Amino acid sequence: MQKSLNIDPAKCTGCLQCEMACSYEHTGVFNPSKSFIKVFTFHDEGRFAPYTCTQCEEAWCQRACPVDAISIDLTTGAKVISDDKCVGCKVCTIACPFGTVNYSQDTGKVVKCDLCGGDPKCATACPTDAITYVDADWTGYSRMQASAAKSLHSIEVTT
Amino acid sequence: MQHIIIGAGPAGVVAAETIRKYDSEASITIIGDEPEPPYSRMAIPYYLIKNIDESGSYLRDPVNHYRNLNIELVQMRVDQVDATNKQVKLADGRVRSYDKLLVATGSRPVNPPILGLDLPQVHSCWTLKDARGIAELAQPGANVVLIGAGFIGCIILEALVKRGINLSVIETGNRMVPRMLNEKAGGLLKQWCLDKGIDVHTSCSVQSVISAEKGVKVSLSDGDELTAALVITATGVKSNLEMLEGSGIEVDQGIVVNNQMQTSHSDIYAAGDVAQGMDFSTGKYEVQAIQPTATDHGRIAGMNMAGKATEHHGTVNMNVLDTVGLISCSFGLWMGIEGGEQAELYSPDQYQYVNLQFDDHCLIGASCVGKTQHIGVLRGLIESKITLGVWRKRLLGNPNLIMEAYMACTQELGYNQKL
Ligand SMILES: Cc1cc2nc3c(=O)[nH]c(=O)nc-3n(C[C@H](O)[C@H](O)[C@H](O)COP(=O)(O)OP(=O)(O)OC[C@H]3O[C@@H](n4cnc5c(N)ncnc54)[C@H](O)[C@@H]3O)c2cc1C
Ligand code: SF4
Repeated sequence: MQKSLNIDPAKCTGCLQCEMACSYEHTGVFNPSKSFIKVFTFHDEGRFAPYTCTQCEEAWCQRACPVDAISIDLTTGAKVISDDKCVGCKVCTIACPFGTVNYSQDTGKVVKCDLCGGDPKCATACPTDAITYVDADWTGYSRMQASAAKSLHSIEVTT
Repeated sequence: MQHIIIGAGPAGVVAAETIRKYDSEASITIIGDEPEPPYSRMAIPYYLIKNIDESGSYLRDPVNHYRNLNIELVQMRVDQVDATNKQVKLADGRVRSYDKLLVATGSRPVNPPILGLDLPQVHSCWTLKDARGIAELAQPGANVVLIGAGFIGCIILEALVKRGINLSVIETGNRMVPRMLNEKAGGLLKQWCLDKGIDVHTSCSVQSVISAEKGVKVSLSDGDELTAALVITATGVKSNLEMLEGSGIEVDQGIVVNNQMQTSHSDIYAAGDVAQGMDFSTGKYEVQAIQPTATDHGRIAGMNMAGKATEHHGTVNMNVLDTVGLISCSFGLWMGIEGGEQAELYSPDQYQYVNLQFDDHCLIGASCVGKTQHIGVLRGLIESKITLGVWRKRLLGNPNLIMEAYMACTQELGYNQKL
């Protein structure tokens, strides 16, 4: 069974270890602003919520890409950007309705969560188990995916 | 079942793949008139700046992909669709029969009636062939005049500047990309370009282009006269409909379709730049002429052609643009509606702009300048018609909180779900 990220915002303390680990894994520097997972702060409520790509079924980004630069990693199910093919047109960044594909001015290409090839560093780094990498079941992550998908019914099968 | 698809652009290719996904048996043929393997026009700017070679523009692996999916590719022009006998006539005299036909013939550039646009130094930038011609004339140091600072014009602009040419841009509208950005945002783009040494003329039109000693002389309505080695026109496009003449298929600006991408003929579908599909925001049927819409149309047409009845709920008109490093985007009804509300953040010194448009408690449109992170969520907020509740007010106070608003309104954030 494929695994997925299970995110439980209630456990998140906003320590940003996940962002540090992610940026280090993908860019070689500890710099939260370069992380593919993002912890959002809800100031009024004093709460935190990590958020990243849910590797959704629809793969809006993949479909919009004009040059076939986004493919599915068959072992993890992650939608992965090929830096060689990506021309940096950014169409995927507006096509992804969850805002999880982002343009990187450093590389002139786009970046997104690739599940670190099956060993997501954010999950390893999280000290409170707010992010875990578990069998894709009815996890918080699949709930996140489902609620997002439910909200986007631009297409409906009629029969 | 024989499926024929006219046009090997993104709409046609995605439709073919979709049909194959739902029907492993059907015969699928794509007939396209361009000499290259199916490619993406969108990649042309990156070819012009030599980031990729021609093969980098191909939509898919040109050999294996179509063979593996058993999709036949024919390179020939379709001259006529005979809807009564369910046949298409090819330019070389061949006739092919279909059970279901998709017209995905895209659009082509149109020039305004200006004297001299037929000179050899005047090019449009629409096909790989055009791009080769431009690459030859747009040598470093050359003077180039770009007519039109619409969306396509601005995309080409970036590529031209990166080729090291001296660029003048002429736009009849009072700002850059007038159909995508409002005055503040379009004004920021113009200022940015001027700062980069690009000669931008807005509210200005080209009077004539005439042969001169080295290239051409371009006369402008503001009195300026420019000499140029190359003139590029990006002044709009129109749908390729000729092959439908006499077929009885209903056309308007593009091909008229219903919400299943079906034309007035039940066996004939249309998709992409040539189709007048539904706009998500207005519910009206119009030509959008953008890539995400073309692939969306292709997928929905493909599903219906394969017998999987699927309704289209409309596509959000959206664009993203990189203007020599300044990134802008627009979604849906960015111009707002009467009685609607606007949240705005304008910092011209930082080249930052965010504009959100609301109808009651829903986001209906947005445009931004200088923002690259999480912008896709604007599409999500618009297309899911999320009721923003308290977040509408928070966004009115700080339009940058789009991601927070989206998460709070759609996600079960553990204990946060009552946010
Ligand atoms: C330089 C440039 C940059 C662009 N950048 C962007 C961008 O950044 N974002 C964006 O959203 N959009 C962009 N676009 C627009 C985008 O490329 C189009 O919306 C998209 O190509 C539409 O796809 P399509 O399949 O409908 O048509 P097309 O890609 O035009 O494909 C149609 C094909 O059908 C062929 N054809 C036509 N008539 C016949 C016939 N009678 N017989 C056989 N074949 C025929 C055509 O030659 C063509 O190959 C750009 C376009 C250009 C030119
Ligand atoms: S930015 Fe890269 S990955 Fe995204 S759509 Fe464009 S080419 Fe594809």
